[in-house]
Amino acid sequence: MPPADTATLDYRRIAVFGGVYSNYLALAAALEDARRRGAEECFCLGDMGAFGPHPDRVFGLLRDCGVRCIQGNYDNSIARGLDDCQCGYTDPRDNYFARLSYQYTFAHTHPDNRAWLGTLPTELRLLLGKYRLLLCHGSPRQMNEFLWESTSSSAFLDYLMRAYDTDVILATHTGIKWRRDLEGGKHFINVGVLGRPENDGRTNVWYALLTLARSASEGLEVEFIPVAYDHEQLAAQMRAERLPDEFVATVLTGWWTTCLEVLPYKERCRGRF
Amino acid sequence: MQLPSIPLAHLDDLWFQVSGTVCNLACTHCFISCSPHNHSFGFLDFETVRTALEESVALGVKEYYFTGGEPFLHPRMTEILELTLRYGPATVLTNGTVFKDQWLQRLRVAADASNYSLEFRVSMDGYTPEANDALRGHGTFERILRGVGQLLHHGFLPILTVTPANDEDDPQLFERFVRLLRENGYERPRIKILPTLRIGAEAKRGRGYDEHERVTVEMMEGYDQARLVCNHSRVVTDRGIYVCPILLEAPDARLGDTLKEALAPFALAHQACHTCYQYGALCANASSRHRDA
Repeated sequence: MPPADTATLDYRRIAVFGGVYSNYLALAAALEDARRRGAEECFCLGDMGAFGPHPDRVFGLLRDCGVRCIQGNYDNSIARGLDDCQCGYTDPRDNYFARLSYQYTFAHTHPDNRAWLGTLPTELRLLLGKYRLLLCHGSPRQMNEFLWESTSSSAFLDYLMRAYDTDVILATHTGIKWRRDLEGGKHFINVGVLGRPENDGRTNVWYALLTLARSASEGLEVEFIPVAYDHEQLAAQMRAERLPDEFVATVLTGWWTTCLEVLPYKERCRGRF
Repeated sequence: MQLPSIPLAHLDDLWFQVSGTVCNLACTHCFISCSPHNHSFGFLDFETVRTALEESVALGVKEYYFTGGEPFLHPRMTEILELTLRYGPATVLTNGTVFKDQWLQRLRVAADASNYSLEFRVSMDGYTPEANDALRGHGTFERILRGVGQLLHHGFLPILTVTPANDEDDPQLFERFVRLLRENGYERPRIKILPTLRIGAEAKRGRGYDEHERVTVEMMEGYDQARLVCNHSRVVTDRGIYVCPILLEAPDARLGDTLKEALAPFALAHQACHTCYQYGALCANASSRHRDA
């Protein structure tokens, strides 16, 4: 039996977005794309602000489109007025850029939106067909835990499924999408992020589309959807807001230039820096 | 005095004291006094490693770490890492001075074939030959840089692990190591700074702990226990399962013969626990940060 607070969805297709990082242009493009693909409801796994320009522009879109949101570590920090984003960087260069980004985002987030971030739940549990879904930001046990593909053993993911009594865990936080199908028809899905490209030299961003198959078994189909958006406009706005050139370069090239220290070996190797 | 008791929240990290306390170097600040002649702990049998890996699956272990001594003195180290990468991500803590290219070639193949990361943490404790060699031994600075170069040549991205026992207060330390690595051909340097653990050989070289440097029950109020190694780790040794890689020489750190026997809480009776409390993440691949930093 699912936990008592589990909501049943009468849906066959949902879209799940990761960190928005103030990239309201990518969010608008993803919402339009998900609607066109027949997603019946959209979810966002948190980190609405960071990195991009004009953080307040994200909130209207999320509310107007009825996106169901949970809280990420950035949201938690902004809502509580903490000193940093709780990503735990120790490299002085990464800390420098993380601090710039956080201070800009905090200063440009309206107090009403800060308060709204504070009201968001830290997880959602849903029933999609026969699948019990757990939506969280980093991991079910810790909002700011990085679950990378190359440093999460299948034994550990199996443990999370058992410990949290679920069939599908959806998370974000790392900035790079991945999925693993586990024994017993269970799935771990990192949905990626809308906020910045995923360090692969491409400018698009990604979200996840979950569909109940129409076959008798009603299996779960998981697709990662690339989203192209007007990244040059975003870059121009970032420059106008005097956000760091290093952030702009990531938007324009698809390569990460900052906050690289948290990347494990395999993920780091795939990038340019 | 009542001691804080730390439960094992979950066994995230399984460590292997794979080469015991045997090392080709005899660093003057080593917290377990490893050397060519310290056989307090011996090499792990290959089968012991295999059995622990199998046992770890049911326990949901997330990552595997290998330390010593110098792990690459173990005659089957390459094979052990190849096996481990079938189970999960592996990190090996090495002094970087004994690599053979044929081992690294094999590990390159194993790393490419695995879904999981193989990380090398290479110890270097000063950014000049004088500073490093005073701690790690004459000529080691050059040998470590050569080892880093070998790893780079084989496509790995080693994490330089620095215990700056003589330079702890240098605010530019991180940047100095970045510069050193860049000057030696490492374009995207990865660095982990560790605090000094004032036990083992270091207690004789530098100062030991002051009497007040202990973790009390009161200090644990509002503290995130996940910062402590004993909250999420255990160590397989040839003498049983220990609580963490730091306290090997403490009799109460031995928790059982098998992993299942070693899942009980641990009392923070040791002064080295104070350093773990202050900095957190001592044994993880990310850098440690002072709690008040």
